[in-house]
Amino acid sequence: MKKSFLAIGIMLACVTTMSAQKLITRTAQLSFDATAKGSPENITAVNNEVANIIDLESGNLVFQVLIKSFKFERALMQEHFNENYMESDKYPKADFSGKIMNMDAVDFKKDGNYKCQVEGKLTIHGVTKTVKVLGAIAVKGGDIKLTAKFTVSIKDYNVEIPGVVADKISKTASISLESNPVKK
Amino acid sequence: MRKVLLLSILAVISAVSAIAQTDKLMDMLNDENAASKKEPVSATFKATRIINSSTVENLAAGVLDFRILHRFGRVSDGFDNFFGIDNATTRIGLDYGITKWLMVGIAHNTLQKTNDGFLKAKLLSQKTNGGAPVTLSYFGGMSITGGAAPPVPAGTEYYFTNRLAYAHQLLIARKFNSKLSLQLMPTVVHQNLVDSSAYSNNTFAMGVGGRMKVSKRIAVTCEYFYRFNNQDMLSFGAKTYNSLSLGVDIETGGHVFQLFFTNSLGMTERNFITQNADTWEKGQLHFGFNISRVFTIVKPKEFRGDGTSW
Repeated sequence: MKKSFLAIGIMLACVTTMSAQKLITRTAQLSFDATAKGSPENITAVNNEVANIIDLESGNLVFQVLIKSFKFERALMQEHFNENYMESDKYPKADFSGKIMNMDAVDFKKDGNYKCQVEGKLTIHGVTKTVKVLGAIAVKGGDIKLTAKFTVSIKDYNVEIPGVVADKISKTASISLESNPVKK
Repeated sequence: MRKVLLLSILAVISAVSAIAQTDKLMDMLNDENAASKKEPVSATFKATRIINSSTVENLAAGVLDFRILHRFGRVSDGFDNFFGIDNATTRIGLDYGITKWLMVGIAHNTLQKTNDGFLKAKLLSQKTNGGAPVTLSYFGGMSITGGAAPPVPAGTEYYFTNRLAYAHQLLIARKFNSKLSLQLMPTVVHQNLVDSSAYSNNTFAMGVGGRMKVSKRIAVTCEYFYRFNNQDMLSFGAKTYNSLSLGVDIETGGHVFQLFFTNSLGMTERNFITQNADTWEKGQLHFGFNISRVFTIVKPKEFRGDGTSW
């Protein structure tokens, strides 16, 4: 009986310390490039309003991306992206929730660059897929920067590309992400 | 046995709490006000014109729109003029977005060698979650006919000012859902010169227009202008009719093609609201199209600093 009290006590202690170790930002940057080879136009966009929380203790992390916050060089492209491709009225957000799988290789208290493997669920256009992403964590004087580059298949997320623009839009989008979460 | 049970319970609890934790993290990111946030409604129409008349859509700031508009001759002319294709009138124009709420445009029309210019300002945006129910814009246009002076009664002179006409419109539009948008257009057209003193120089009209999307990239459009006065007005001696147009918008990669039938040959407000000599009843329709090509002149700030975008 004593033992189980002890266990519960430890668990509670863990939970409370975890909650103290969260870093958050609402200005992480995400950009994508879906330009097909030989396309005369660049199909790229940036979003500087990505929200991100990371729990340093458990390695849990989530990202949230408002589709309407993507900025394109061409206003018409931005409109079509929202209206016809991502249907942002129906699916206003994309998000990711996952976990750093190799937490033992990352020390948030020590300066350095760490490679990390993140696994979790990515939801875009209402479709959820399990993904594995290789990322990097740079720790410098208590400041933490997360970066990742990965590709997603546009078809996987039921985003339809009509024939007339198939020579401009690539079948995959390469995504790069940079986040600098801080203590709240 | 007890220990095993305890351990397995602990394992289950911690697994559940791990899932719950990411959910909790997600909740922390959710903007608590998001559900009640008033967001402007976008893409009420696909283009800056329904068919002839303006929509509440503005060009984005720094965007130049090169527009080529064609109206062919009467379909009822039959084979002799190849159903109107042999006689085309054209309007070639440049529109530019100065800010996201203000755009201007200039154009030349082959009909009456008219030059015209306009400005359009968005005064109010329709918003979600109990915000403004409609988008409201003001349109002001001016046109100047060119070419030789028309015949005027003996003893009178034809002044330059006689060539001018003005149009003022309020554009009141509502996007009812992702498919249906409707627009009301109370309009006054002022002509400095009309056929006879029996008619008013001011024509008051109400326009009604709309679009219904039939697929993601194709929409059916229509517009109609009803004149409250000057219904019996002659223009260059011809009886005039209210303007009715029916068409489709087809969106491809970087363009919107608008194809339609209309009884209006002219493309300025003076022409299509007050000077229509053709009527649907006699099959005097004109096939027409609007083509637009947009160029980004001033890039959004996120994309500045690497050459031009032509």
